[in-house]
Amino acid sequence: MGFTSSNQHLLSKIATSLGHGEDSPYFDGWKAYDKDPFNLTQNPNGVIQMGLAENPLCFDLIQEWIKKNPKASICTAEGVDEFKDIAIFQDYHGLPEFRNAVAKFMGRARGGRVTFDPDRIVMSGGATGANELIAFCLADPGDAFLVPSPYYPAFDRDLRWRTGVQLVPVPCHSSNDFKITKAALETAYEKAQESNIKVKGLIITNPSNPLGTILDRETLRTLVSFINEKNIHLICDEIYAATVFTEPNFVSIAEILSEDIACNRDLIHIVYSLSKDMGLPGFRVGIVYSYNDEVVNCGRKMSSYGLVSTQTQHLIASMLLDEEFTESFITESAKRLATRHGVFTRGLAKVNIDCLNSNAGLFCWMDLRRLLKESTVEAELALWRLIIHEVKLNVSPGSSFHCSEPGWFRVCFANMDEETMEVALQRIHTFVHQKETVVPAKNKKLWRSNLRSLSFSSRRLGLDEVVLMSPHSPIPHSPLLRAKT
Amino acid sequence: MGFTSSNQHHLLSKIATNDRHGENSPYFDGWKAYDSDPFSPTHNPHGVIQMGLAENLLCFDLIQDWIKKNPKASICSREGVDGFKDIAIFQDYHGLPDFRKAVAKFMGRVRGGRVTFNPDRIVMSGGATGANEVIAFCLADPGDAFLVPTPYYPAFDRDLGWRAGVQLVPVACDSSNDFKITEAALEAAYEQAQDANIKVKGLLITNPSNPLGTIFDRETLRSLVSFINKKNIHLICDEIYTATVFSEPNFVSIAEIIEEDMECNRDLIHIVYSLSKDMGLPGFRVGIVYSYNDAVVNCGRKMSSFGLVSTQTQHLIASMLLDDEFVERFVAESAKRLAIRHKAFTMGLLQVRISCLKSNAGLFCWMNLRRLLNESTVEAELALWRLIIDEVKLNVSPGSSFHCSEPGWFRVCFANMDDDTMEVAIRRIQTFVQRKEAVLVAGN
Repeated sequence: MGFTSSNQHLLSKIATSLGHGEDSPYFDGWKAYDKDPFNLTQNPNGVIQMGLAENPLCFDLIQEWIKKNPKASICTAEGVDEFKDIAIFQDYHGLPEFRNAVAKFMGRARGGRVTFDPDRIVMSGGATGANELIAFCLADPGDAFLVPSPYYPAFDRDLRWRTGVQLVPVPCHSSNDFKITKAALETAYEKAQESNIKVKGLIITNPSNPLGTILDRETLRTLVSFINEKNIHLICDEIYAATVFTEPNFVSIAEILSEDIACNRDLIHIVYSLSKDMGLPGFRVGIVYSYNDEVVNCGRKMSSYGLVSTQTQHLIASMLLDEEFTESFITESAKRLATRHGVFTRGLAKVNIDCLNSNAGLFCWMDLRRLLKESTVEAELALWRLIIHEVKLNVSPGSSFHCSEPGWFRVCFANMDEETMEVALQRIHTFVHQKETVVPAKNKKLWRSNLRSLSFSSRRLGLDEVVLMSPHSPIPHSPLLRAKT
Repeated sequence: MGFTSSNQHHLLSKIATNDRHGENSPYFDGWKAYDSDPFSPTHNPHGVIQMGLAENLLCFDLIQDWIKKNPKASICSREGVDGFKDIAIFQDYHGLPDFRKAVAKFMGRVRGGRVTFNPDRIVMSGGATGANEVIAFCLADPGDAFLVPTPYYPAFDRDLGWRAGVQLVPVACDSSNDFKITEAALEAAYEQAQDANIKVKGLLITNPSNPLGTIFDRETLRSLVSFINKKNIHLICDEIYTATVFSEPNFVSIAEIIEEDMECNRDLIHIVYSLSKDMGLPGFRVGIVYSYNDAVVNCGRKMSSFGLVSTQTQHLIASMLLDDEFVERFVAESAKRLAIRHKAFTMGLLQVRISCLKSNAGLFCWMNLRRLLNESTVEAELALWRLIIDEVKLNVSPGSSFHCSEPGWFRVCFANMDDDTMEVAIRRIQTFVQRKEAVLVAGN
């Protein structure tokens, strides 16, 4: 059927390039998971997915709301009379109540400290579509955005693939907790200039993926000052805004803007979505919010390529206009994330694994530098493959986030139930102990005696109920596991 | 707040500051007239009647009826809410397997079961708008061109050209042979492009045609397949109006032609589809790219991330379209109602001797007002059009906005209003034509 090599000739450059990014090792973990997915009862030795930043912790709240609000759906007996008007509506401005609701929610998720104008709400195909749309509006092919590293791997695809825009990393380091410095910005900017690359903007993710940290006021002001000075855009992907689970409060760029009269508002743009804050990635609710009227106009026309289904607009509008619900949802979600984060980081701390101090996001930025043979990307990837194939956890290596320091791993903690989290922690404990005891793989006898001594040490650490469960454990069934099934 | 436009031109991309979004075309003037003075039989009986929007409102009763009987199709009903979480969290760009299965089945059904479609070739997109853009990104580089027979759907210029940078080279068709595409016209357009150093990567057809409402016969389809194979260029078939065929002859999909044709290089064949016209659900943004080229399926699937269908909608559509009995009934009834509408409208026009191009599909007629033109020019056509909007108060679409090479044709939509409104529209046209002809006669 396919004419392989002549396909290169038949298709576009975009189609035959690797710009989709899926050949990156980042996806190896996924493949391992897909082949052997963990299931508490049916596949307890499978790979646990910790590479997917999902937020399923509050579905009970949403489902409860839905049961109480049948009119939010155009398919229930109570709502079906509206079906026709909703199904026929294809205006790219979107349903007015949808825009009102999203603007309101965005304000709520920022503690009511700023308000958003519904007329600046532009739809897109998820945040994926929003980021691409912004790139199309602000930059020509060959132009560049500065982006602090480590950053979300799919930016490479979203901002570059079909747009032709380049990304120039602004490296950040653990020496100052990965904060963005003016010096790093200037250096990256200079480097681009020297290579004759036209920088059109700076894109930040705040709260950060993969770090889980938020930008402080001072840093935000520095960024605003920098982009005004260079007359370049500032794009703030605030997709994790409502995942901030403890103090300090999230400071949105919207807040900085409301205080700073000098800032050229035409340079400021926010990307948002309901995929993380509400845990609804399937609904593809992406938002571009720009303070630049031209970008709103242009973006709105472009939204035709990725409008939100009106069936979904209608549901979301009803849900997010219910202030009592959104208030309690945001509070409860933060609470549950805080609990998860606490369990996970404390579990890691028991084997002296640190995470970057963070108060947001659906993941931890885990420091495994001391487990590396040497401080190189190769060593990091070797460790990573070990973690996937032997510990059977799909975590994400820092290099896939373009982190300049090897040894960091992003680990998601919100996308599983509590029992699975415990299994994951047990596996990590086992692994760290093994690695640090330098157990020779071939010497089974020694390994078994070490296992016994490990269980002694675990009792000393107070983990009475934890049975060290390794995928290769000679103990076929852990009593803990048996108790649960 | 905003700086001057010169700053914007500097600040924003070329794409953001050019005109290729197409909204400055006169095509949209009629819309603006309608928006400022919309007809309502009770509240605004003298307002502008919208006849420029190709919507299919005729069968919502059937859909609403089905929905009431099938609460599990919704993840928000009591019966379906237990499925909410799994659906809301699902973001795999392959789409729900049931969705792909259902769409493939439906596509076969609306082609009378004469061909089958493979669910693994179903790729989602943001409506047909997104589908056409994805195809352009996959098959052509910026500056490359697609041949497209005129008259054609105005938004192709935006969908293919705005961000993907694909040019459209028109293949002129005219009324002398009922606007059929001829091999001569194809060759001429292709040569013209070659001479201008423009690389032609494909031919884009809409079948059934917008704005003509006609379907391609087997012979024409075969000659198109032969042409594209000879030139080694792609054939993109926008079959968005497939189920709007309301009378004989039967629709012949490109899928049928390649089943019979062993010689055709299947890597060159791609279908664009959507539920916006056949089912009347434009708000749901259900766009489909169906390619016989594996690399295009793979690439298109990755690109679908920019415009996936909401899983809430995938789930609903999957349930609906997997109900064979409903689909059978819907497709038959929809065709019936379209046929009735079409007949009422064309007969009303015939009473004042206005003819339409003979058609058996689509949600519109291609109305011939050539004899009402002062002269056979685009200016005269636009003048007549403004008269129709401002005095007759009908928003119809002038042929020039479809790049028609012959002035005097107008696309008039008939499926987006109720019967009473249709009658008002017909009467207004009749009155207008009679008056205009009296004036023309008096002028002689």
